[in-house]
Amino acid sequence: MIHISLYHYLIVSSILFCLGIFGIITRKNAIMVLMGIELILNSANINFVAFAKYGNLGNSGQLAALFVIILAAAEAAIAMAIVLNIYKTFTNINVDEIDTLKD
Amino acid sequence: MTETLLVKIALVILFLPLIGFIVNLLFGKRFKWLYRFENSILIIDFLLAAILAYFKLTNFTNQTIISEFQWINLGNLPVIKTFTVELGILMDNVTVLLILAVTIVSMVVHIFSVGYMEGDKRFNRYFSYLGIFTFSMLGIVLTHNLLMMYVFWELVGLSSYLLIGFWYEKKSASDAAKKAFLVNRIGDIGMFLGILTLYLTYHTFTFEKIFYQVSIGHLPFGSEFGLTLAGLLLLCGAIGKSAQFPLHVWLPDAMEGPTPVSALIHAATMVAAGVYFLIRIFPLLSGDALLVIASIGAISAFIPATIAVTQNDIKKVLAYSTISQLGYMVMAVGVGAYTFAFFHLITHAFFKAGLFLGSGSVIKAMHHEQDMRNMGGLRKKMPLTYVTFIIFSLALSGIPLTSGFLSKDGILAGTFAFGSLTGNWWFAASGFLVAFLTAFYMFRAVILTFHSKPRDKEKYEHAKESSFVMAMPLVVLSALSLFFWYSLNPFNPEEGKLLSTWVKPPEISVPQNARYDFMKTNTEKMSTYKIEEEITYSPEYTEAIHHAHLPTLITSSSLALLGILFAFLFYQWKLLDPDRLAEKIKPVYLLSFNKWYFDEIYYSTFVAGTIGLSRLIALFDNKIVDGMVNGSAFITRNFSAFTGKFDNIVVDGFVNMTAYFSGLFGLFFRRFQNGKVQSYIMFAVFSIIILLYIFK
Repeated sequence: MIHISLYHYLIVSSILFCLGIFGIITRKNAIMVLMGIELILNSANINFVAFAKYGNLGNSGQLAALFVIILAAAEAAIAMAIVLNIYKTFTNINVDEIDTLKD
Repeated sequence: MTETLLVKIALVILFLPLIGFIVNLLFGKRFKWLYRFENSILIIDFLLAAILAYFKLTNFTNQTIISEFQWINLGNLPVIKTFTVELGILMDNVTVLLILAVTIVSMVVHIFSVGYMEGDKRFNRYFSYLGIFTFSMLGIVLTHNLLMMYVFWELVGLSSYLLIGFWYEKKSASDAAKKAFLVNRIGDIGMFLGILTLYLTYHTFTFEKIFYQVSIGHLPFGSEFGLTLAGLLLLCGAIGKSAQFPLHVWLPDAMEGPTPVSALIHAATMVAAGVYFLIRIFPLLSGDALLVIASIGAISAFIPATIAVTQNDIKKVLAYSTISQLGYMVMAVGVGAYTFAFFHLITHAFFKAGLFLGSGSVIKAMHHEQDMRNMGGLRKKMPLTYVTFIIFSLALSGIPLTSGFLSKDGILAGTFAFGSLTGNWWFAASGFLVAFLTAFYMFRAVILTFHSKPRDKEKYEHAKESSFVMAMPLVVLSALSLFFWYSLNPFNPEEGKLLSTWVKPPEISVPQNARYDFMKTNTEKMSTYKIEEEITYSPEYTEAIHHAHLPTLITSSSLALLGILFAFLFYQWKLLDPDRLAEKIKPVYLLSFNKWYFDEIYYSTFVAGTIGLSRLIALFDNKIVDGMVNGSAFITRNFSAFTGKFDNIVVDGFVNMTAYFSGLFGLFFRRFQNGKVQSYIMFAVFSIIILLYIFK
């Protein structure tokens, strides 16, 4: 029986974070990018929860995780609205082609 | 009659002509009658001058009235020390007599001009100029200091310039005006230097103070030579103004002006200002200076007299005669015959003004013909002019019963006495020779003009006696050319009041050893003479003049008569042929006819020299100065071309290099800003990883 320690959580969270980053960087679809962001947020949530269990944060870690979930919901709503507007403007949501930021 | 009242009268006399000048200058064009105003002013001036002279000569015979005020006082200054200028008037007997003479001549000339200038388009302008001239001349006579003397000196120069060039449409007239002005300027520079010399030494311009300083042995530059130098410098002014050798060339040319102007300015008054000036500064003239003055006077008396003999223009004859007579006066001052110089100044003013007005009358009648060769026979047409002209000519020739005889005889006696006292007979010889020549050329002019047959028939037919305004002045002046005004004894001027009581030689301030020998006042010599009053002058000289009186009287009048006789022999009776004589002594004749080539000599030396010098300076300007400017421009241009290159290559290169590198950096870094969110994130992540790695 393997004893599950803080490190295991952190490793999972790291993997999740890396996957999120990878998703953000590599996907062309804006929706997929948003999903990558969700992954990163979730990796952060795992961290919060893990530190709440093994650290001395107490329940405030759990609460922070809850806040993040709520925040992610709100963020997703706004992000989807932005994506919608992007689509209206550019008729696609391919992130590679939307480079007006450099202007 | 108090002194202050006399001073006030003198000031009124002085400033009235100035008012006439201003009024005529400003309103003369609009109101044609204003010349009457100017003329009335001169008549009032004359009456006032007569009153002034009468009271001064009777009530204040031996007094010198001075009225002065301080004009400028700058206190104690560095370098020049005290600087104070006093203005004021000085009235002694010489002054009031000369004022009277000036106002009389000016008045008659004004009246004569009304006739002579009739119909001139600048009629009132002419009278306003006469006004400023009279004002300035009276200023010269009245002033008590050198500064005002100099100012009025220049003012008469100005009015002379304006009047010579009055008909400036004629080129010859405007040229003559310029010549007169420039030649006078040469003399005035010397005079100004003289004034400065005296001022530097004495810190005052006032005559009396300067004389006092000289008499207590305070001399310019501390030596008698300094005093002589100052005297000679002041003499330069007199040489210029009185048209003495070598600056006499302007006066004959000045005859381009209207004839009454020649009478007033260039015969009677202004040219006499030089002599008056010498008389004023007489106390500080040292023996050496006086000797120079006498020499210049003798030369100026002789040369023009020889020139006048051959001239054909009636006014030129009179002009040269004027120079000659002024030379007499200057010579008289030089030999110490102070009183006779002044006496001749007065008498000459009247008869020479008369001669000029007479010639003006003739010229007017002959429709501005001045050449005597075209005249002749006018005796019958113009009897009054003829008679008065004869009187003036006799006076000028020095024939007894005229004023000219009295004064000229005095001068000749003075030179004679000078000769007997110093052994220097040169002046006397020149004087007697000139007396002969004067009589000759004067009667040559009379005969050519009035006697013989008319040579220009047409002009002769139209000639007629001048109107009253032109005849009256001639009568007045001819009356004044007779002897009895000056001395009741027609053979001895010293019996007259003028010389016996009114005009006395001044006290000499020059140190004893700088005087003429006979002017030294040592007590030893004094005791041999009877001392009647206080001794102010050389009794030795006075006595010598007394002795010289009879021989000069006989010699000079016989020489004058001889001159007249020759004139009649040559031109009236034609017993001698002047042309044949001229052929025989051709070089002498040509020398005289061409005025001793003075104009040519001056032209080829001074004028050509000046032009040459200015050419040289122009060349210097063109080559050297312009060269310097161009050279510096050349250097500047090349230098700026160099700096321009430096700017373009080095400075701009540096700037461009910076820009180039910035561009290069930009080129590199702009790749990172591609507008793609994903790549930004990637960079951020990698950066974070790197930073974490670094700050681990």
